[in-house]
Amino acid sequence: MPTIRFRLNGAPTEIDADPDELLLDVLRGRLGLTGPHFGCGAGECGACRVIVGDHAVTSCDTPLWSVADKDVTTLEGLGSEAQPHPLQRAFIAEQAMQCGYCVAGVLMSAAALLRQNPRPTERQVREALDRNLCRCGSQNRIVRAVLRAANEATAT
Amino acid sequence: MNTPAPTLPFSLAANPRLSSWIKFAADGQVTVSPGKVEIGQGIVTALAQIAADELDVDIGRVRMVRATTSASPNEGVTSGSLSIQHSGRALRQACAEIRQIFLTSASERLGVASDVLKIEDGTISGPGNVRTSYWELADEISLDRDATAGAKPKAISERALAGQSTRRIDIPDKVFAKQRFIHDTALPGLLHGRVLRPEQARAKLVSLKEDAARAVPGFVAVVRDGSFAGVVCETEAGADAALKALRKGASWSEGEALPDEDGLAAFLKAQPVESTIIDTRTAASAPPKARTLKRQYTRPYIAHASIAPSCAMAQWNGEDRVHVWTHSQGVYLLRSDLSLVLKLPIEQITVEHLEGAGCYGHNPADDVALDAVLLAKAAPGRPVRVQWSRADEMTHGPFGAAMAIEVEADLDANGEIVEWRHSIWSNGHAARPGRGTKPTLLAGYELEQPFPIAISGNPPQANGGGGDRNSVPLYDFPAWKIESHRLLTMPVRTSALRTLGAQGNVFAIECFLDEIAAERGEDPVAFRLRHLKDERAKDVVRAAARRAGWKPAAKAGTGYGFGYSRYKNTGAYCAVVAEIEGDEDIRVKKLTLAVDVGEAINPDGVINQIEGGAIQATSWVLKERVRFDRERITSNNWADYPILRFTEVPEVKVEVIQRSEIDPVGAGEAAHGPVTAAIANAVFDCLGVRVRNLPITRERLIAAMEES
Repeated sequence: MPTIRFRLNGAPTEIDADPDELLLDVLRGRLGLTGPHFGCGAGECGACRVIVGDHAVTSCDTPLWSVADKDVTTLEGLGSEAQPHPLQRAFIAEQAMQCGYCVAGVLMSAAALLRQNPRPTERQVREALDRNLCRCGSQNRIVRAVLRAANEATAT
Repeated sequence: MNTPAPTLPFSLAANPRLSSWIKFAADGQVTVSPGKVEIGQGIVTALAQIAADELDVDIGRVRMVRATTSASPNEGVTSGSLSIQHSGRALRQACAEIRQIFLTSASERLGVASDVLKIEDGTISGPGNVRTSYWELADEISLDRDATAGAKPKAISERALAGQSTRRIDIPDKVFAKQRFIHDTALPGLLHGRVLRPEQARAKLVSLKEDAARAVPGFVAVVRDGSFAGVVCETEAGADAALKALRKGASWSEGEALPDEDGLAAFLKAQPVESTIIDTRTAASAPPKARTLKRQYTRPYIAHASIAPSCAMAQWNGEDRVHVWTHSQGVYLLRSDLSLVLKLPIEQITVEHLEGAGCYGHNPADDVALDAVLLAKAAPGRPVRVQWSRADEMTHGPFGAAMAIEVEADLDANGEIVEWRHSIWSNGHAARPGRGTKPTLLAGYELEQPFPIAISGNPPQANGGGGDRNSVPLYDFPAWKIESHRLLTMPVRTSALRTLGAQGNVFAIECFLDEIAAERGEDPVAFRLRHLKDERAKDVVRAAARRAGWKPAAKAGTGYGFGYSRYKNTGAYCAVVAEIEGDEDIRVKKLTLAVDVGEAINPDGVINQIEGGAIQATSWVLKERVRFDRERITSNNWADYPILRFTEVPEVKVEVIQRSEIDPVGAGEAAHGPVTAAIANAVFDCLGVRVRNLPITRERLIAAMEES
């Protein structure tokens, strides 16, 4: 099996794998991460989103070969309790979830948006998150949290 | 004057042993064990607030224990918006008594009267600088005693936490990717399982070639028992691959016919039914009727469509003991059904809760638990995690039942309602496990020796009813007759989905009222207020109307509608104003709600539940309908079963009327009915057309326009 190299949450990572293996299976399987969640397996719900380069992608339909030599960021790499990302702080402040299962992917879509557009409008936030499904009805709280994080990050 | 003897709250009467609710750990913590479970509604935080408040400890010391049949009080099922009512009241009472017990003991030890002792963050102190604590005394005081109902919980003014929007205790873990969900739980030696299910409804597995599945790397076992078949593998990807191979090698019988999805009302009304008179009211003397209005409303089958597919783990220890991890709403009830299927005494089955994704009723959580138990038997001593596919989640779990509702009103010469009739045709709305002598778990129907498929029933009116939930009018009509016709056939599997029949019934009642008010030329809010006697009801109606500036001036392309209900006729009050934009499609722009849940333990939690309910209801109204042809459920993915997206979500404003003096009730199901009706009424206001068949899609709008 070929060796595929990429950077996972900043750390060089090597894995011997079938290049067609799905990124989500590798992340949750051999790499033991639980940030990205399985929701549909068809790139439709967004619970599995991770950032590859600067874009949030659905890892459940992304083949491993396509991330070779790239930066992959999962929720684990976004921030920590000691050093939270502004989005993580804002999601707590706004209590921006009910069950929180979709939030793992929502946070990655939002983080990719803020990298590309640090001061999005509400409309832009909604559009950026339109391919993340939330079934509990927490969308408005989530949007408020993303706008709060953007304000906080650009306020200084 | 007779004072009634104090009685214990419902859940505490059922589980009176104080130690089953509260323990003081030596490390300065308090463990609280409710029988209710977190299903995304924030209940564990609200319960922690109640316990911390009543005991006078910092909420940071409270450790909430997940429900398990090995230790937790048996509180049945986490459903029906009853967790605050049941668990909250029980905990408040139990903690009040425990506090009293400790104060009495501290008084003896310290030689100070108990009424001059105070408790601050668990430290009990009194005059002369004497002090002790819950933890110092814990060894001496046994809580293995039954609650007496003698203790009096704190007065409202003494509560510090209840009534505050305390931050939810589970949220940090969820933003920092710390394991909370069952899907993420990796036990040592974990194996993965997948189950093969037919595409055609209730098809039987005729033959199965296993070779290709057995050749998958990491293969552990194929399990087959009648039409139940599954695989166990070392890895999740391996299990997926083996399942794929198994599917190729499977041949199935023809399935059972499904109804015509475009003729649901006709189908529902043509089936054999069990008819029940739900309620009647007769008027001593009423003005004669001048005419009768009659309308029919329908709602389709609705999917739970949780974002995560259902998941469970099971581990057999020896031949006759099994441990199950589940996101079921009722660990004890699930255990009962597992015991029936496995023919194993309940003592040999432990069922423990772990969080799943948001749960809106009886979804496949229980089904997958039996799947895991059956598969794990092939790998003794090792835990097996089974997860359903998205397609199975959308097709094989129970659905919210389709409904056809006929409403008739006799009007007098002045257009006043003199009699009201409401008839419901629907499958039952409840087939939860653990309630009968036969199990209701999917795999149980598939075994070589199958159990009969349970035809869904309805809870009695005393428990809020099922298909008939919220069918008895909340208005003061002089006479009425309410009837429910429960189907005795069930080609599409149904069970409890958020609100049971209330969404359909409130839709019918509130839209019909709107129509009658419009015919009279009367403002719909004024019309409702004229027919409501309950002041709390009138307050939420007035609050929603005021907050929305009812009724805003007419604007082309925009419509406003009103809806009101009291959930289950005994629970939370909720009134809504919907603002929509309509042309070929309907866009809901804004929902303004007022809600009264009595004492709101965590106001932000209440708002979160109401917001979520309002948005989910908007999704049901505008988009959702389980699709099928005559052979199979076809809406097995998010493209074919679309739900509301971020760009489509309306602005939601919620006003909570805080009534600290009134026992709290749940908020999770209060919004669905009123929001449904308010949107439909706004559609009429905007486009002049009454859409009486949900969902309100472009096709339905056109059909309604052609009809009118």
